[in-house]
Amino acid sequence: MTPLLEVHGLKKHFGGLRAVNDVSFAIAEGEILGLIGPNGAGKTTLFNLISGVLRPDHGSLVFAGEDVTAWSPDKIARRGLARTHQIVKPLNDLSVLDNVTVGACFGRENLPLRDARNVARAVLDFVELADRAGAPARSLTIAGKKRLEVARALAARPRLILLDEVLSGLNPTEVARLTGLVRSLPQRGIAVFMIEHVMQAIMHLSHRIMVLNFGQKIAEGPPEEVARHPQVVEAYLGDPNIAEKLTGSG
Amino acid sequence: MIFKRPFFWIVIGVSALFALLPVWGNDATLRETLILSAVAVILATNLNLMIGYTGYVNFGNVIFFGLGGYIGLYLTTVRGWHLIAAALAAGLAVSLFTLLFGLAILSLRGAYFALATIGILEAVRAFVSNFGPWGKAAGLYVSFAVYQPLGGPMRAVWLAYFLVIAVFCVSLLLSLAIKNSKFGLALFAIREDEDAAVTLGVNARFYKARIFSLSAFLPAVAGALIYFKNGMIDPGEAFELTVSIEVIVMMMLGGQGSITGAALGAVLYEQLRGYLLTSPSLSHFQLVIAGALLLVIVQFAPGGLIGWLYQLVPGARRFFE
Repeated sequence: MTPLLEVHGLKKHFGGLRAVNDVSFAIAEGEILGLIGPNGAGKTTLFNLISGVLRPDHGSLVFAGEDVTAWSPDKIARRGLARTHQIVKPLNDLSVLDNVTVGACFGRENLPLRDARNVARAVLDFVELADRAGAPARSLTIAGKKRLEVARALAARPRLILLDEVLSGLNPTEVARLTGLVRSLPQRGIAVFMIEHVMQAIMHLSHRIMVLNFGQKIAEGPPEEVARHPQVVEAYLGDPNIAEKLTGSG
Repeated sequence: MIFKRPFFWIVIGVSALFALLPVWGNDATLRETLILSAVAVILATNLNLMIGYTGYVNFGNVIFFGLGGYIGLYLTTVRGWHLIAAALAAGLAVSLFTLLFGLAILSLRGAYFALATIGILEAVRAFVSNFGPWGKAAGLYVSFAVYQPLGGPMRAVWLAYFLVIAVFCVSLLLSLAIKNSKFGLALFAIREDEDAAVTLGVNARFYKARIFSLSAFLPAVAGALIYFKNGMIDPGEAFELTVSIEVIVMMMLGGQGSITGAALGAVLYEQLRGYLLTSPSLSHFQLVIAGALLLVIVQFAPGGLIGWLYQLVPGARRFFE
């Protein structure tokens, strides 16, 4: 089976800094792939390259059988690749419902306004924001804004969703709610590629984990394997006992 | 459907009043007052599509009106076209011109876009001031013969008046239709956060160029009608930056983003301007007042008059857009 997303030899330099250096990997349909790495490892840059916000210096991106390397972000989004932002970007003066309607209107299905509103209402139910539908997006709490990011991305009916630290800054109850939601996505035919610093959550959710350090991929594999990988323990976590903490608490 | 909205019928009613009131008793003074208000509303509501809906400040908005006037006057006097054909042609030509410039400068954001629009305004003024077929700095004049096919000057002026009221009505309905469409939602998303909108799949470049071009059409048609009625045009008057700024003040006074707000601000500002221009001691003082007004609005009432009204009477939101 051909993968949903294939990334070959991706490189991005900012001046002398190699933010992403020769990274290759693939994501299968219905897979949850986790991306971890220390601060500044190039995780968000990799997301920006995949979603078309940044143009890679080298390498190629093939999404759903099409070479999307030089595509604009809106075109990639319409083809079924949705994302959330680490620093939330709500459309502040629009209502929560309108925010999600934008996702549905201009996403993969290119829905007319009325149908998009119905999809948006259903998605708001799913992420449990329905009671805030009429409120302006700026009035949501940080947890609410993170769920709004996820809702907008889901409303586009994507085939792949990139989640950039949707769990950070949330309390344990909120983390539990959102992880439950992410876990259910593959059943809805949506593959997930997620950056996360909440280790327990990502170790549990991901089918596979990829580790970046200084822009390079240093490990890839099932969570328990990656957590024991000596290079990961040494270069990324820095604490030889963290592997026990991660696997032990699970 | 926009027919189900109360505002649709409010617009139709107000437009009918504007059209009928001066006919009643053949009141030319009232007609002149109303035509100035109608033009102000046309300019402010169409500018609102750019600033209020999309978040792009256009200081060159007077170009649409002035260029429309030039093309309209040229086609009617020099080429002998009918007024309606000339006005529509002016609208289309200016829209096309704006589309081309839009594709060039709409990748600029914020203050850079605003500055580019001022640059284009100055460039257009300089070009027209030196353009032979349009009379260079002296401008164009309507010859008396142009009014003959329309039944003489009196009837021509009335025709221009009714056409301006039609453009006034279409301007308000266009704003209403866009606000309640997918196109409008794309514009609002761009206004709120263009980067977020783009990652949600909004083709910002396409929608911005489309609204910029569309916001030029009706002001250009109105320009063709008004300068035809006035009988003359020259580059200094047609491309004056202060007019652009006054239109921005009108829109912000009423409440940017709101159709009723932009229209209300336009009528009120036009009344104030008329009063100041005719009062002996305050003549040509209106720009000072406009500047002061702008400061007060930005500082204390960013929602404008309509924002203030909605605070007083929250139910009013159901009727006004």
